[in-house]
Amino acid sequence: MEIPYNVEERPDTGMYNAKLGIWLFLASEVMLFGGLFSAYVFLRMGDITGTFATGSSELNVPMATFNTLVLISSSVTMIMSWVSLKLGENKKFKTYLGSTILLAGVFLVVKYFEYSAKFHHGIYPDTSTFFSIYFTLTGLHMVHILGGMVVLFYFLVPGSKMMKTEPERFTNRIETVGLYWHFVDLVWIFLFPILYLL
Amino acid sequence: MSGHTDTHHEESFWRKYIFSIDHKVIGLQYGITALIFLFFGFCLMMMMRWQLAYPEQAMPLLGWMFGEEGVMLPEMYNSLGAMHGTIMIFLGVVPLAVGAFGNYFVPLQIGAPDMAFPKLNMSSYWCYFAGGIVMMVGFFVPGGAANSGWTSYPPLSDIATTGQTVWLFGMVLLITSSLLGSVNTITTIIQLRAKGLTWMRLPFFVWTQFITAFLLLLAFPPLEAAGVLQLMDRLVGTSFFLPSGLVVSGQILEVSGGGSPLLWQHLFWFLAHPEVYVLILPAMGIVAEILANNTRKPLWGYKSIVYASSFLGFMSFVVWAHHMFMTGMGSTISAFFQTTTMIISIPSVVILTAMFISLWGGSIRYNTAMLFALGFLPMFGIGGLTGLPLGIAASDIHLHDTYYVIGHFHYVVAPGTIFALFAGIYYWFPKMTGKLLNERLGKIHFWTSMIFINGIFMPMFIQGLAGISRRLYDGGLTYAHATDTFYLNEMMSTSAWLLGLAQIPFIVNLIISLKSGEKANDNHWEATTLEWTDAPSPPLPHRNFEVIPEVHRGPYEYSVPGAKKGFIPQSEA
Repeated sequence: MEIPYNVEERPDTGMYNAKLGIWLFLASEVMLFGGLFSAYVFLRMGDITGTFATGSSELNVPMATFNTLVLISSSVTMIMSWVSLKLGENKKFKTYLGSTILLAGVFLVVKYFEYSAKFHHGIYPDTSTFFSIYFTLTGLHMVHILGGMVVLFYFLVPGSKMMKTEPERFTNRIETVGLYWHFVDLVWIFLFPILYLL
Repeated sequence: MSGHTDTHHEESFWRKYIFSIDHKVIGLQYGITALIFLFFGFCLMMMMRWQLAYPEQAMPLLGWMFGEEGVMLPEMYNSLGAMHGTIMIFLGVVPLAVGAFGNYFVPLQIGAPDMAFPKLNMSSYWCYFAGGIVMMVGFFVPGGAANSGWTSYPPLSDIATTGQTVWLFGMVLLITSSLLGSVNTITTIIQLRAKGLTWMRLPFFVWTQFITAFLLLLAFPPLEAAGVLQLMDRLVGTSFFLPSGLVVSGQILEVSGGGSPLLWQHLFWFLAHPEVYVLILPAMGIVAEILANNTRKPLWGYKSIVYASSFLGFMSFVVWAHHMFMTGMGSTISAFFQTTTMIISIPSVVILTAMFISLWGGSIRYNTAMLFALGFLPMFGIGGLTGLPLGIAASDIHLHDTYYVIGHFHYVVAPGTIFALFAGIYYWFPKMTGKLLNERLGKIHFWTSMIFINGIFMPMFIQGLAGISRRLYDGGLTYAHATDTFYLNEMMSTSAWLLGLAQIPFIVNLIISLKSGEKANDNHWEATTLEWTDAPSPPLPHRNFEVIPEVHRGPYEYSVPGAKKGFIPQSEA
């Protein structure tokens, strides 16, 4: 038997199942990063030797600013790809989705140069509490970016068959993965000031 | 449409029983696995009880595991303690209460053909299964399984043997499993309720599963965060939980320092206190169903207990640090958490009182399910009330980390939650299998369990008030203050082993009744909720109902004045 409200919205909640599901998942993600941000605050409050201030001053702010812009642009292309699908412009959808993946790739490459510069200077996660939390938070964020890229790539190439067979369901899928993608962006928007600027 | 499941063609064995996406099969998979883990965790405890009663004597039958002398080593005792807690909570009780009962009966009670995301449901079971296997692997790595308690407090856990790393990986899998499960449960309840099933017409069991799922969804991620940090400490050499200048075995530890063991405790208890309500809420839900059904009366104060349990769920997020009064976090914070803890006891009392009043004037049917449900009430009452002195910072100074604490939370979880789960098994077995369980064996199971479980936990209050620490490897034999109450250990341990024997009638009952039990009709207990009134026993594979029912009334319309029958099904117009 078919599960109800798999594609169409339930009238009294105004949502299809997956949309509610992804919002719940994001709520738990908020708690995951919330736990880590709390850890950051907790450790910083107990940081009598000032490793947070000195550590933060060793990070590369221009690179991170560039990366912030890259991620924001990727959010824009993400939503444009969903809009294109809604308007039935499948070709544009592919272009926008492809650029989202490309921008995510740019972010990772910049991050790679940042990390290797740190390692080059002998800075590792066990150098100080600040770098411990820096590598953990940015590392976990990169895992989220990578996971998102895999899913986006799936929808761009192997999963795009559904675009023809079940266009409405496919559009829903892009909407939900888009919500996830915006969330990953948002995490970075918080990471950038607390790690690089404060 | 894709996602279309054809119910008519024959499914392969693997699709039907192993990698099934039918919520009923997944529920049973959860149930069987969890019962096995419960039994295994119980066995670990029976071994510990030998050590506590006869600390210097070789263990009969199992002594070969501990070397030539046959006496358990302290490290082994610590491992058993840590793994008993972990297995009972994360692999036994929660998967049984949420994974098995929730999965099986939430869709049935709300009139849905399945969970909202069947494939996600399957993966959540297999994540749980993998997590269980990883936990078991811990016993075979050098140094044995995790031995820093189920709470895994650093700095001890940061420098513990490899078993701790295995434990952390196991936890990550279990957390993933419960995350997938809770997203699924909440979505199912919000989106798939049958027509006419409004929020105030939901059976209380569904409400408790709904609130529980929110607790799991929001409380587990901080523990996952903590787990990641501890893995970093152990594998990468960071010092999130290691303060500067920490001395281990007379040597200053060579780490960057600057971390805080308290950070772990905050993140851990942020999960682990809501987890207590994850343990108790589904139990209350099951008990409520059985009470209403067997008193043949509506549940007293349905709306108040729905509001009380929602409030309970919310408050459970702001009481965690009452586990940490002794850590030196400061009296101001202690005062705050003491206050919230006193507040959270109010909704618990509201629920329990409503359940007691539900009995008033009822013509009670004393079947096994009802006996276990009735047993739950005073047992949970004892567990709850003994918690109050622990929630007050001043009296906690004396009681903290003693056997009193062990007695308190075991009364909540063992004769509380586990009795409710037994009640649920006796109540819903006819629905799941179409066969009745044997009442005589069931009653033997109940009375023996009831007596022996009190024989274990009641003396713990005495020992705890005498100030005996919960972690003494020799049961207190070599401690002066413990000598006066040491004699109780033998009686408690004997009760524990007899409690083990008391489970034999239950296991025999399950097997015999499944094979040759009396056939049950579709609504054996004359209940009102949809799983009994509208689905056959067992419910149809992949769709549950012949026709998806419509709901016209509340869940507990028993003995309605003026009605022709003693009960009116929810689906009756």
